[in-house]
Amino acid sequence: MAVDIDRPPPLALAGRMVQSFAMRYSIGIGLIVAWQIATAHIHSIFFPTPVEILKHAIDLWLSGPAEHLFLSDAVFKDVLPSIGRLLTGWSLAVVFGTVLGVLMGRSRQLFDFADPILQFLRSLPGPALVPIFIILFGTETEMRIILIAFGTVWPVLLNTIDGVRAVDPVQIDTARSFRLPTSALIARTILPAAMPKIVAGAKISLSLAIILMVVSEFVASTNGIGYEILNAQMTLLLTDLWCGILLLALLGFCLNALFGFIEERLLYWHRGLHQRADR
Amino acid sequence: MERKRLLDVRQLSHRYATGHEAIGELTFGVDDGELVSIVGPSGCGKTTLLKSIAGLQKNTGGTVSVDGEPVNDVPKGLAMVFQDYSRSLLPWLRVYANVELPLRYQALGTEERHRRVAQSLEAVGLDAAAHAYPWQLSGGMQQRVAIARALAYQPRLLLMDEPFASVDAQTRADLEDLVRRVRYQFNATILLVTHDIDEAVYLADRVLVLSGSPSRILAEIAVDLPQTRDQITTRADDVFVQLRSRVAQLIRRQPHTEGNLEPTPI
Repeated sequence: MAVDIDRPPPLALAGRMVQSFAMRYSIGIGLIVAWQIATAHIHSIFFPTPVEILKHAIDLWLSGPAEHLFLSDAVFKDVLPSIGRLLTGWSLAVVFGTVLGVLMGRSRQLFDFADPILQFLRSLPGPALVPIFIILFGTETEMRIILIAFGTVWPVLLNTIDGVRAVDPVQIDTARSFRLPTSALIARTILPAAMPKIVAGAKISLSLAIILMVVSEFVASTNGIGYEILNAQMTLLLTDLWCGILLLALLGFCLNALFGFIEERLLYWHRGLHQRADR
Repeated sequence: MERKRLLDVRQLSHRYATGHEAIGELTFGVDDGELVSIVGPSGCGKTTLLKSIAGLQKNTGGTVSVDGEPVNDVPKGLAMVFQDYSRSLLPWLRVYANVELPLRYQALGTEERHRRVAQSLEAVGLDAAAHAYPWQLSGGMQQRVAIARALAYQPRLLLMDEPFASVDAQTRADLEDLVRRVRYQFNATILLVTHDIDEAVYLADRVLVLSGSPSRILAEIAVDLPQTRDQITTRADDVFVQLRSRVAQLIRRQPHTEGNLEPTPI
């Protein structure tokens, strides 16, 4: 009934895993090695070696006491607040984008009415709006969260509208024929059906959110990853600057990986359905 | 004993916005406990008819009433089995949850829901598949799930829109027998639309033969076969063969339309 997996013998399986690891990471590792060799050779203060960057990063962030999981104060002062703002803004965008997207996807009238305004608003680049947002919302955390939310709602909103519109009419007819109440029609037919598109939109939003988080901290802030990066640049603490970039890369990587896990659980049925259909 | 008239269709007609008249004029009824099949050439508006009866679509003329009440929106106690099971079953829910879903909004207790789901899955022979996803099952099994879902709902009227058109012949034979079996087990009133003439006669108490579009009823034929039927012996029976060829002749003379072609006069 279900798909059968032939399990190979353990040695062959281990060999296959090593091979897969090598294929995926060999280029990356190779590039890092090349980078180390190149920067060690050049000896420029603008280009510390990867080893130096890593050592300094550990100094900056992992030199705290054992009770804090070895995390330094800098983590609590800058990194965690930044991530908090990022996730809050992004979550607001996902919720708001999904709700509005379902409404606009279902109602042609609402869509025709709201679309021109939204097309205009979404074309405004987030970073350029920072000054206006400061005037409107001040210079504290709220402003940054609202900025992130405003800038990242668009992929979710547009994808949700698309997904809701594309729900199979047979599924809707089925729900209607069983007299499902509208709340159930939306929660149990339309939303799940549109979920693949919504999730795709949320994923794009996540990457945008990281950018906006950093940019929002370039102006009038007192803490945060973006603030520290800018600070490092202005005070010519170049290794700190590189560490900040490394941190951002790690942050993006981890968030995407985490999102990938959630996506896999949420959309298990979607993959199964389409694997079958492609046979 | 006078049987209650469950479905009353009077002068039903439907014209699309494009001007194409799918249904010309249909007047017929279905009594409580009957299995009526509707057969006609392709494109004669059979699906449009079912959608109008189900309240999924507003017809442009005529009336439909279920149990005396006129149909404006989907009436209570109506279940439908669609031709395309893979698009009708919800792929994010397992089989059990699919069958259970319509029952969740019916004000039954958890126990009653569970009982009905178990009973209908067993009736269609899928009690072992309750934890699978629909897309893990074969086509025939998926359509059984759809039938189980309809049966668990305990509808007054069960509509079936070419339910076996998308499965292979052997599976079709099994599913036809399944329908006859559960019909008595659940005391269901069934209106089944099909393009398969043999199926229409084999399953039904009465066969309605439709013309090409704009469709009207060419003939209403009572099926004088015993209640217990068998794929091999019944189909070889003289009465069956006669009925079958009568229906086939009526239909052969009909134009088969696709889209907006003008039907040729008979």
